[in-house]
Amino acid sequence: MANENFKKKILTGAYAAAEAMRQINPGVVSFYPITPQTPIIEKYSQFVAKGLVDSEIIEVESEHSAMSAIVGAQASGVRAMTATSSQGLALMWEILGIASGLRLPIVMPVVNRTLSSPLNIHCDHSDSMGCRDLGWIQIFSENNQEVYENILLAMKVAEQIKLPVMVMQDGFITSHCVEIVKIFSDKIIQNFLGEYNPAYSLLDTKNPISIGSLISQPYYSEIKFQQIQAMNQVKKKYLQIGKEFSKITKRKHEYFEKYQLDDAEVAIVCMSSTAGTVKATINKMRKKGFKVGLLKPILFRPFPYQEILQALSHLKAVTVLDRSTSLGAHPPLFGEILNSVNHDILVTSYIFGLGGEDIFESEIEEIFKKMLVGKIYKKRN
Amino acid sequence: MAKKIKQNLIGGIINRPGCSKEYKTGTWRTICPIWDEEKCIHCLQCVQFCPENCISVKNGKRKKTNLNYCKGCGICSQVCPIKIIKMK
Repeated sequence: MANENFKKKILTGAYAAAEAMRQINPGVVSFYPITPQTPIIEKYSQFVAKGLVDSEIIEVESEHSAMSAIVGAQASGVRAMTATSSQGLALMWEILGIASGLRLPIVMPVVNRTLSSPLNIHCDHSDSMGCRDLGWIQIFSENNQEVYENILLAMKVAEQIKLPVMVMQDGFITSHCVEIVKIFSDKIIQNFLGEYNPAYSLLDTKNPISIGSLISQPYYSEIKFQQIQAMNQVKKKYLQIGKEFSKITKRKHEYFEKYQLDDAEVAIVCMSSTAGTVKATINKMRKKGFKVGLLKPILFRPFPYQEILQALSHLKAVTVLDRSTSLGAHPPLFGEILNSVNHDILVTSYIFGLGGEDIFESEIEEIFKKMLVGKIYKKRN
Repeated sequence: MAKKIKQNLIGGIINRPGCSKEYKTGTWRTICPIWDEEKCIHCLQCVQFCPENCISVKNGKRKKTNLNYCKGCGICSQVCPIKIIKMK
């Protein structure tokens, strides 16, 4: 039976991101191709060709220009978007800080791919982890449905807080794999998002402004402090808007997902698509009577320390699976989990899947079993 | 130092044109140009060369240096053809 509120479509993660962008209908979109992000802009350019969107398209010569164009467009008072991966995100680095410093609510889908060198085009999280402290809100999506919903949710959070958001999906694993995605009707989504009315914009000639001015010592820290305060407000706003969005999606939009966690003895913490593999393993092990669970952080920046402490506090042992490294320091997710939990929980770290290497259920089962028999001794150091 | 404003706009946005006038760079000065008004021939060389544009002209004659903005760079003293601007 046809439902007017949503349609089920068969989409890859990248196409799901493009669908979300079509419903947002940004005023300006800048394009620069990079594997595995290219299908997003490829699909979006089809929408443009068919006249389904009103976006002005800028074809630029690099990702540095792509982000610069978006910063200029957003400052002029319209919604502006681009998408990128890996080296592209690395090249944007300089402008990422400017976008968040100027408090422009840009939403950018990021398809996670590893950073060179060695050259590799497959998935790991080192690109988005490299810019985790640049003042962007970071949301990690497990599957195609989450990609679609998180982009729409991110748009509203960004505009209310006035901070930019990256919405991550795993390169190839999510971006190129086909799943059924519920696409809500354009009318419902446009009602949810509303019109974009910035308080200040460059093209508002009645209230002229200058942006990007030199800010000297006494003001610089005050303006940075405003940014810190805004980041602190994100969690509350995210939950509030998430509840509002849940009425449309009928799914929970929280800082993290708990899977069989409340009565578990040991748990794995991991993000993005691997959470699916862990869930499948948990289902198998639960049938055999093992009390295992999963915590999947979705909102990575700002990181919900207190809430994760509460969610993990009853466990004996936790293993954090990181799909990236932080050379010379704890892996990014492991470091955050260490900072969250109490001293009496054993927390250990595994790095997996660098450069797109697969992780299998058997390996996850082995990790769970090691935790259950107390073979994981490694404590915080 | 500029006058402290009560509320900074987010992202360092400035919505009042010409507010760089409030940033008085004169506090940077360690030496001060002393101009001998009586001997001045009003060639206006110093006016042309002043990087801060802080020497005003009226009826073809230069006026006193605006010390709110003079950084004390000494260029006026250097270009003066009869050397009547002394840096002290």
